[in-house]
Amino acid sequence: MGILEGEGVSKFFGGLAAISNVDFDIDHGDIVGLIGPNGAGKTTLFNLISGALVPDSGVIKFRGRKISGLKPHQICKTGVARTFQSVRLFANISVLGNVLLGALFGTATGISSRDANREATELLEFVGLSARRAIPAKDLTLTNQKRLEVARALATKPELLLLDELIAGLNPTEAAQAMELVAKIRDRGVTILMIEHVMKAIMSICNQIIVLHHGEKIAEGTPQKIATSKRVVDVYLGEQVHAGS
Amino acid sequence: MGMTVLNVVISGLLMGGIYALIAMGLSLQYGVGRVFNISHGEFIMVGAFFTWALFSAFGVNPLVSLVIVGPVTFIIGFVLYRTIFSRLRIKSPSPAAFEGSSMLAAFGILFIIQNIVLAIWGANIRGYTYLATGVNFGGAVFAANRLVTLSFAIMIGLAFYIFLARTRLGKAIRAAAQDPVTAGLMGININLVLALCFGFGALMAGLAGTLVSMCYSVDATMGLGYTIIAIIVVVLGGLGSIPGSFFGGFILGLIGSIVTYIEPGLSLAAYYGIFMLLLIVRPAGILGR
Amino acid sequence: MGRVIFHRSFVVGLLGLILVLLVSLPLYHPSTYVLVLLTAIFMYIVLTLSWVIFSGPTGYISLASAAFFGVGIYTSAVFGKVISLPLVIGIGALASFFLALLVGALTLRLRGIYFSIFTFGLVVLIQQLLLWWEVVKMHTRGRFVIVVNNTTIYYVMLIILVVLMFTTYLIRRSKYGLALQSIGEDEEAAAHSGINTTVLKTITFAISAFFTGAAGSIMATRWTYIDPYIAFNPLFSFLPVLMAIFGGIGHLFGPVLGATIFGYLEEVLITKFPYYYMLIFGTILVIAILYLPGGLVGLMQKWQKGDLAGQHGNS
Repeated sequence: MGILEGEGVSKFFGGLAAISNVDFDIDHGDIVGLIGPNGAGKTTLFNLISGALVPDSGVIKFRGRKISGLKPHQICKTGVARTFQSVRLFANISVLGNVLLGALFGTATGISSRDANREATELLEFVGLSARRAIPAKDLTLTNQKRLEVARALATKPELLLLDELIAGLNPTEAAQAMELVAKIRDRGVTILMIEHVMKAIMSICNQIIVLHHGEKIAEGTPQKIATSKRVVDVYLGEQVHAGS
Repeated sequence: MGMTVLNVVISGLLMGGIYALIAMGLSLQYGVGRVFNISHGEFIMVGAFFTWALFSAFGVNPLVSLVIVGPVTFIIGFVLYRTIFSRLRIKSPSPAAFEGSSMLAAFGILFIIQNIVLAIWGANIRGYTYLATGVNFGGAVFAANRLVTLSFAIMIGLAFYIFLARTRLGKAIRAAAQDPVTAGLMGININLVLALCFGFGALMAGLAGTLVSMCYSVDATMGLGYTIIAIIVVVLGGLGSIPGSFFGGFILGLIGSIVTYIEPGLSLAAYYGIFMLLLIVRPAGILGR
Repeated sequence: MGRVIFHRSFVVGLLGLILVLLVSLPLYHPSTYVLVLLTAIFMYIVLTLSWVIFSGPTGYISLASAAFFGVGIYTSAVFGKVISLPLVIGIGALASFFLALLVGALTLRLRGIYFSIFTFGLVVLIQQLLLWWEVVKMHTRGRFVIVVNNTTIYYVMLIILVVLMFTTYLIRRSKYGLALQSIGEDEEAAAHSGINTTVLKTITFAISAFFTGAAGSIMATRWTYIDPYIAFNPLFSFLPVLMAIFGGIGHLFGPVLGATIFGYLEEVLITKFPYYYMLIFGTILVIAILYLPGGLVGLMQKWQKGDLAGQHGNS
């Protein structure tokens, strides 16, 4: 069942097409990887889905209903959450406070502050930040900041989670832990769409991959198919071999 | 009927010339220095007061005062930037934070300058007459001082434009406006350029003040109105665009003249109406980035 | 030892005591001077606190306080002779509220600097519009305001202040207070967390204007004659900003402290050194922006380092 669909999505900046006529259909329960060289338009696509940007043409649907054109807070409430490439937390608010905000405001139905507190605490437990609940977000290490951002996103009870370069900047151990977390999130019933440059991670955990290049979708399929696609290797993976995937 | 139209148009251009100057000055300060200088009008007021003082005490010709007032306001602006704004820029955690704190600092400076003038010269309205004789222009009569004002405004505006386009310093300024970091890497002394820009902005205001004093009365609270008009012109012409400010000034002057003809006293309201329209429809202005 | 001072029940007790003192003050027949001075200080605290309610957490700098204050003053002048005092204050507060809703709806969708610019000119705009209206349509300038006795003004101002402090406290402690802070930290992230930032900002801005307008309505009765220049004075946009920044924005008592100090100074110095004191105030604002980012209270808190970095980042 398609949880997120895009038809003919395009976005122009000035005369330049950042995203050009992209279609996608993501199934419930998938972990989908979104890859491509720098500047391919991956984060722009995320922005279009989350409502930070409005498509110039085309339509994006979530669970069958059109979300393109809605404001970010509305899209969040329908069940789409995201993290950002440059981690965007509420720096001077405590770790608990960050997650609390997601719990209090991110759902379509109201929630009591006691319940929100409980959920936030549970989520901190889930990502492993319980011990740091009272610390201001800016004082966390990068790894923990990323965990916090994920927790805050999960607090909005999403059915679809967009992860923008979760692993960037993490050492191999932390990266492995991050991938475990992603698997656990999927096990909770959340569909995941993730932008990543680290091929090993993408290949190991995703069951579908979409490849973008210059704003266009050039390939789509299982990791197997993508890894052996000549086109993709030429455009992107060729570089990756040297980057130590 | 044709006479009235000519009247309205020329009046609009006269005021527009002043608006163009003050808007260019503010545009320079914000476009390059990223300081939203809401004390801009006070520099106009200082220029006007200085000119009046020189005229009343020593009989100095206001046109000569241009040469005196300009450097004075330039230096004040330059020093203020070096002491306050450049320090603020270093301390600010982000460009947005700097925008906010520099605007507030300018707010403080507004009150400092205004009250220095009040302390020295008091709250009375001042004025002097200079070239108040009528001149025949296309059948309509205009005061000579207003025509002189318009000519000087255009000359100064063009001179400034040429300076920016042709001279080395002008090009450095434009580079800094586009991309301060790269400009710095290219060997341009960014701190100096920013301070110079602020100074030039103050200079334009001071000169405009001198021109204003030739035609209108002068008082310590006159600055605020001009600041607001300068802001509206800058937004109209596109934040940071110098040519946009130049033309925007004349456009606003014309609009003001038309509105004043229909219903005097509502010109500022009309400007604000345009301002609101712009903010809703196209915040980037006419020639905006 | 210093920690005891911020313990919650101690603070509440202290506040209660101060309130009792202030309420009973008129019973001791203080001089008119003292009564008027205290009323003025209450007014400055109201102006400053109401400014902080919105501009503090969100970082959107409003320079419109004078506009809302003036609206309050003018409602008093227009309706004061015909309607009872509480109603007049209510109307003044509501008029400011709706004006703020309008301004907010127009400008809070844009970058912060556009908002600030728009509010900056608002004072002069309304001033000019009213002037035009009075001169052209009414053929008179200015109005006379009804006279109200000083003790009444004192109590009304005190009530407004107490309600405001209560409102501020409630907002801060609620999820909306946290949401407002998040807008100031990272508005885009806040929106992506489900917060309707435009609506929240606009309503908070309007609440802030409500109290400023109320203050204006009651203070109008202190001037017997007002005209657009007297009622709409940029000074009342400047002073709350100065007091809040000097006192310290992030803390409940910062604005109160700043307002008390400068309110007192203003009333004392305005007759003796009219322009010099304003000069000094302007200089203090610049210095505070440069060297005192947390304000006076921030400075005090640094001395108490080790104090729990608050639940929501502020005390």
